[in-house]
Amino acid sequence: MSGTTLIPRGRPPGKLSPARMGLYAFLAICALFFLTPLYVMLVTSLKAMPEIRQGYILAWPSAPSLAAWGKAWFSACTGLSCNGIRVGFVNSLRIMVPSVIVSITVGAITGYALSFWRPRGAVVLFGVLIAVAFIPYQVFIYPLVRIFSHLGLNNSVPGIVLIHTIFGLPTMTLIFRNHFAALPEELFKAARVDGAGFWRIFGAIMLPMALPIIVVAVILQVTGIWNDFIFGLVFAGRANLPMTVQLNNIVNSTQGEREYNVEMAATLLTATVPLVVYFVSGRWFVRGIAAGAVKG
Amino acid sequence: MSRQGNVSLRGVAVAYGPIRVFDRLDLEVAQSEFLVLLGPSGCGKSTLLNAIAGLTEIDDGEIWIGDRNVTWLEPKDRGIAMVFQSYALYPRMDVRANLSFGLKVARTPRAEIERRVRTASEMLQIADLLDRRPAELSGGQRQRVAIGRALVRDAGVFLFDEPLSNLDAQLRSELRVEIKRLHQRLGATMIYVTHDQIEALTLADRIAVMKDRTFQQIGSPQEIYQRPVNRFVATFVGSPAMNFVQGHIAPTTDGPVFRSASLRLPLPTYPFANASIDERPVELGIRPEHVIVAPEAAHAHEVCVEMSEPMGSDLLAWTRLGDLPLSVRLPAETKLTPGDRLRILLPEHRFSLFDLASGARL
Repeated sequence: MSGTTLIPRGRPPGKLSPARMGLYAFLAICALFFLTPLYVMLVTSLKAMPEIRQGYILAWPSAPSLAAWGKAWFSACTGLSCNGIRVGFVNSLRIMVPSVIVSITVGAITGYALSFWRPRGAVVLFGVLIAVAFIPYQVFIYPLVRIFSHLGLNNSVPGIVLIHTIFGLPTMTLIFRNHFAALPEELFKAARVDGAGFWRIFGAIMLPMALPIIVVAVILQVTGIWNDFIFGLVFAGRANLPMTVQLNNIVNSTQGEREYNVEMAATLLTATVPLVVYFVSGRWFVRGIAAGAVKG
Repeated sequence: MSRQGNVSLRGVAVAYGPIRVFDRLDLEVAQSEFLVLLGPSGCGKSTLLNAIAGLTEIDDGEIWIGDRNVTWLEPKDRGIAMVFQSYALYPRMDVRANLSFGLKVARTPRAEIERRVRTASEMLQIADLLDRRPAELSGGQRQRVAIGRALVRDAGVFLFDEPLSNLDAQLRSELRVEIKRLHQRLGATMIYVTHDQIEALTLADRIAVMKDRTFQQIGSPQEIYQRPVNRFVATFVGSPAMNFVQGHIAPTTDGPVFRSASLRLPLPTYPFANASIDERPVELGIRPEHVIVAPEAAHAHEVCVEMSEPMGSDLLAWTRLGDLPLSVRLPAETKLTPGDRLRILLPEHRFSLFDLASGARL
């Protein structure tokens, strides 16, 4: 750069060059590609069975109806009982809410302790935690079943909550530890001089500064736990089977005619919670980051 | 809370694993004294301050504050308050909450908290900022709040860890004066860590110069400045820097004489620490303001001006004495052009002679 005046280089914004049009076209095609399955599910769920049998999966329903949604929610058969998928919805909530709260709390405390208090062996513990996170969790299922049955925790909500807490711990600890490690250590020292102890520093100073990372943790845990299938199937017990397992029972039933519209509706209902979390918390997420980005 | 403020370090040692940071340091700080720990980064001054605060555990020795052995006490129980370089204000609390946090933790009655916050905020002129968040404050205001947070603790000992290093020059000198005023007003003991020798000279009752995790010299600013105990202290303190000339010292019948390639300086009145002078290589140091310009003097040396730097209050001339560079401090109104010749005297009682090998003062 040798010029003394600053002239903006490159193409002025606003003009549509062929390259740019190609780019937009590519993006549009990608969007269509990924939205098509959702569209098919949506229109199928609004059709009646005779219309579905004609096979025009992309066609708009001639008489859109929510009948299939009602059936999926209230009276679809999951195995022997025919109470719809709402049973699973309630079960999933009963599993997810405590699991999310407990796993994030435990992860935040562990991350805080590892980053500021550095107890003896903290580095080793953290290393093990991260290493274990890479082992496929299916490996743990059989030993855990034995342990849990020995402890009498099998087939109960507390049991499945404990399972989700254990398996959420590496990720939760990692993201909280990294967040806290980035905070200035002098803040922690100042709080200690002010006389605050382990819990006071955590509750009054560190946690309020962790808001954006809490939102991230909530997104990760809500979607992860809601979408979980195998832990729910193995550890929750018959009475507490989560929505994903119930959905599978509806979709994989082999008796009689397959009610595609009911299956689509049930699937969409099951996917609602993660979708809502993404849309709502995504906005919070940005807000949280913006609030935390100001140098303090 | 204890208002006692004499601090005593007795054989303090700190180690990080197998690495020894300090080995048996001793230091006495008197009640109401302003002690500055001065040294380059990495010399251990902050670690020492953290040890006094109780934020770093010590591996050996004892720390006493007042008549209490505080070696194993928590920071809050030591009767100390601390100000940090990065201000370390709690970002999610407003200024009032920042100031009162420690008092709330200590379950101080609300009226008392309010009284102390009011006193401190008025003293530091931050009373109108009480409802703001740290993010809404300027750097100078943030450091005032940080000092205020130390003030409300009503401690006997204040610890400052490079509190002005993040501020620009203007604010730095402003707050420097403020801290000095606070010290006079509160009469508290203050221990202040800095790498800025100007801060050390202006603030301190006593300076402890540190290098490589040991004390090099502990003394009043005048002692440190006029009679540095070794070459490191001589170079680290003082701006513009001291002039150095390498040469030899030799005893003669007329007393000891300093000789270099182009200089011969008799030293009849130089205050040697040791009476017997043997011949050895030395380095002679003299500060720029101690060089005397004397156009009429008989035994003057002649120097050639190479360049001059006006510094506002005075003028620094970079000259050559033979082939030796020599800086000379002159009155600001002096008119000099490169190539001018000056006649100067080098007053021997202002010299600092250092052994070339060990760097220690002779």
